[in-house]
Amino acid sequence: MTHMIQLHTFHGGIHPAENKSQSNGTPIRTAPLASELVLPFQQHIGAPAAPCVEVGARVLKGQVIANPQGFVSLPVHAPTSGIVVAIENRAIPHVSGLEEPCIVLRPDGQDEWIAHQSLCAELGVDDITDIEPAQLVHQIRMAGIAGMGGAGFPSAVKLSVKRDEQGQSPIDTLILNGAECEPYITSDDMLMRERAAEVVRGAQILLYILGAKRCLIGVEDNKPEAIAALNAALVQLHEEHHIDVVKIPTKYPSGGEKQLIRILTGLEVPSGGIPAQIGIVCQNVASAAAVHRAVDIGEPLISRITTVTGDAIKHPGNWEVALGTPASHLLQLAGYQPQKQPRVIMGGPMMGFTLPSVDMPLVKTSNCLLAPTAKELPLNDMAMACIRCGMCTEACPVELLPQQLYWFSRSEEFDKAEQHNLFDCIECGACSYVCPSQIPLVQYYRHAKGSIREERAAQKKAEQARERFERRQARQEREAAEKEAKRKARAEAAANSQSAKPAPAAAPTVAASASAPAAAATSETLEKLQKQLTATQTAIAKTKEKLAEAQAALAAGDESQATKITALESGLEKSQTKMKDLAKDIAAEKKALKAAPPAAASTAEGTDKGDPNSPERLKRKWETAQGRLDAAQSRLAEAREQGLDTVAALEEGVRKQQERVDEAKAAWQQAESGAAAPVSTAVAVTESATDKGDPNSPERLKRKWETAQGRLDAAQSRLTEAREQGLDTVAALEEGVRKQQERVNEAKAAWEQASGAQPAATDTPAATVAALAPAVAPAAAEADIAALRSKVLAAQDRVNKAQERLDMAREQNLPTVDALASGVAKQQEKLDQLQQQLAAVTSTAGTH
Amino acid sequence: MSTVVIAVSVLAVLALIFGAVLGFAAVRFRVEGNPIADQVNALLPQTQCGQCGYPGCKPYSEAIANGEKINKCPPGGESTIQALADLLGVEPEPLDAEHGAEKAGPMVAFIREAECIGCTKCIQACPVDAIIGAAKQMHTVVAAECTGCDLCVEPCPVDCIEMRPVETSTANWFWQAPQQGPQMIATDSRPHAANDNKGEAA
Repeated sequence: MTHMIQLHTFHGGIHPAENKSQSNGTPIRTAPLASELVLPFQQHIGAPAAPCVEVGARVLKGQVIANPQGFVSLPVHAPTSGIVVAIENRAIPHVSGLEEPCIVLRPDGQDEWIAHQSLCAELGVDDITDIEPAQLVHQIRMAGIAGMGGAGFPSAVKLSVKRDEQGQSPIDTLILNGAECEPYITSDDMLMRERAAEVVRGAQILLYILGAKRCLIGVEDNKPEAIAALNAALVQLHEEHHIDVVKIPTKYPSGGEKQLIRILTGLEVPSGGIPAQIGIVCQNVASAAAVHRAVDIGEPLISRITTVTGDAIKHPGNWEVALGTPASHLLQLAGYQPQKQPRVIMGGPMMGFTLPSVDMPLVKTSNCLLAPTAKELPLNDMAMACIRCGMCTEACPVELLPQQLYWFSRSEEFDKAEQHNLFDCIECGACSYVCPSQIPLVQYYRHAKGSIREERAAQKKAEQARERFERRQARQEREAAEKEAKRKARAEAAANSQSAKPAPAAAPTVAASASAPAAAATSETLEKLQKQLTATQTAIAKTKEKLAEAQAALAAGDESQATKITALESGLEKSQTKMKDLAKDIAAEKKALKAAPPAAASTAEGTDKGDPNSPERLKRKWETAQGRLDAAQSRLAEAREQGLDTVAALEEGVRKQQERVDEAKAAWQQAESGAAAPVSTAVAVTESATDKGDPNSPERLKRKWETAQGRLDAAQSRLTEAREQGLDTVAALEEGVRKQQERVNEAKAAWEQASGAQPAATDTPAATVAALAPAVAPAAAEADIAALRSKVLAAQDRVNKAQERLDMAREQNLPTVDALASGVAKQQEKLDQLQQQLAAVTSTAGTH
Repeated sequence: MSTVVIAVSVLAVLALIFGAVLGFAAVRFRVEGNPIADQVNALLPQTQCGQCGYPGCKPYSEAIANGEKINKCPPGGESTIQALADLLGVEPEPLDAEHGAEKAGPMVAFIREAECIGCTKCIQACPVDAIIGAAKQMHTVVAAECTGCDLCVEPCPVDCIEMRPVETSTANWFWQAPQQGPQMIATDSRPHAANDNKGEAA
């Protein structure tokens, strides 16, 4: 020692019986190999290593058998040559007695080394100062060196210091820990005595790696031989000016890293910090020796010196033992005498733990096996009440309040314990040692620490889960939105293509697009109107029923029913007018919803998709014609009523229109082989030839009949009026009524025939079966079709009336011609739209 | 008379000024979200199991902030109820048995992979995306991400998912609290125990 080192002291500490003389009297002996070595993947603090050999493989001494996983991790080497017999879970030397994955090696007894050499030779340099510190650190890491004092922190991690731009290291002092303050243990003592040169050489390497200015080797003054040996080695290696062996007073726990730093430098490591923050790196002397072997010889850490001591051991002493050797093997070598209550402690009496089983292997941190007798170290299982004596506070080397920590830990008020710096506790056991009530204080603290760590882990996991949950929800929302957007885009595209289709046909006359914006506004009114319409339709149906009865009676010659019929008829007529109005309104609304070109049905073949002669289109044509015919007929009826002179002209028009209707219908029927149901009106009944082939359902026939009946009623009421007023149209009207009556009868007969035939559908020929197809279609579709049909008829009516008005206006050269023309066009649009709908629905129903 | 008028007018002006200041502050320093709900959410275990009747921990925390009972979280158990009671200043109540019982320890879902048919139903059910797999491919649970919420067990058509307690390893093992044995007075103890070398931690 060449420098005068000012020694400091730390608070508290204890002076337990040393009990070191039992084991430091004999030199280090090399333990023979056990029959089986068990090497845990994790013998250090950090991530466990991952095996890189397979079961059955032969490995050589010093061969890497498990690779490090991550920065704070170390490899595992084979301590001797042999066969890997298993990679399985084995009980590891841990206080929990849990099983962890281990490599089981059966030595072959040849102890054959893998090729190894010093790092200098490997790199072809003369001195370690020619090697980059980082390379040395890597060599130390790959040699698997962990802190051998007991904690097992990877040495390479401590040595990985970041230098500044000038290459200046932030580390000022390297401290080698040779204090070995815990009772019984003498492994470091014996190492320093016998292998002082190795320790000093290791210190040289560490000094170079760290770029530290000085090195202090702290050794307690109860190891004079070790101090002498180290000083001799210093002189021998000419390092006495850089490295100082410092004799420190014996006091437990001066071997604690922070306590030793305090003693040697007077500096305090900040709470929760590491020594490097104050420019100090601390290593165990055994680790330094291992560094020397790793760098200068190329040997990884595959063995260590372990003290075997205690009163139950016949020959206590220190053994150089291969890692992975079962504790029982070493105990046997030392002459272990099993006790009544067998107890083997790994580590010292203060900080060690009782091995759950002696079959557990020795690892890099196993510095001592203590086998005490019951008298030597009585089991402490009788804790008494705390008497608040305060001795623990005086003993605490970290200046904590052990008593407070005890209360908080016991009552599980962990947050308060944490506020009292629980995590600064080094678990040295000084408080438990001095406690007169023998309270296992450290166990309380360990439990509290574990609970807090677990809670933190749970919180972290909860936070992670929350984040994942929220991300998942966000993702799902996004996906739903995307789906919705796609759906909308599709719907829009469909609407566009639909409106684009009729547009070219609409171009000549109408601004087809004008009605589109009104769509949203009109849809509500539309609904209302449709409801009204349904109500009116029901009323009409009821009235018709009654009327039909009366009519039947009249047909049977009962004249007394005539007045009743008249009353019913007028009621029915009112209802029908109302319904027509409503239907017109609805048609108007519908048209506003969607633009359709006038006469699209008859002229837009070229623009329409598909066959222009398709049944639908033909049917539409026919329906349009039929609508016109109806309108013409009603006009004719009006003219007759009013006795106008246009009657003849109108009659001619009606006739022509009838022809057109017949043509259209024939074309349609030709196109449609009877699969889809046609719409028919009372006039169609006259075409009995075509009627026979019609795929008419009873319902439709009935409707035909009813329509015809309605016309008849109207005609009759008109006739009655004419008679009352003594008009000259009476004769004509009478003729009309007669004809109408005929039609009604025909329609009725057809309906009755059809309804009668329906139950016997299976017996009817194919044509009838086809005709009946729509009847088996769902009722809803049927109702839809019926409603649409009435709407179509109403719309046709409206168009025709508008046309009439326009014609009149044109005749009289009124200024309203333009407005009326556009009105007609609009009406026509509505009508076409309705017809399209009807066609669509009918074809759907027809395919059922 | 004028004194009264002055006083009244001064007070009125002051009221207007302060009203304006408060109105401005209410807009300018508006707190986004519900801070109480966030605090409550931080205390919940985030298993997202829905046992409380809400679709996740956050909705339940919002409900608690709006006056819902705090004893509906079985995964959190008594400790969570206590923490919520402390936070909200209400009386802690025993866990509502209607929503399930507190489990002994953390659980993790496990898929018996040989039986899995790859239907992806469990993947859709997992609230934290802790199950990986694809249609007609075997699925497996990412144990580190599994919250043990149970939600994947029900949808499995072949019942190949089971809940297992999280295995204890040296990584998550920690010391148990010392047994609270019978309290003794010093003379009951063995004669040498108080004076002898008794330092040991085990």
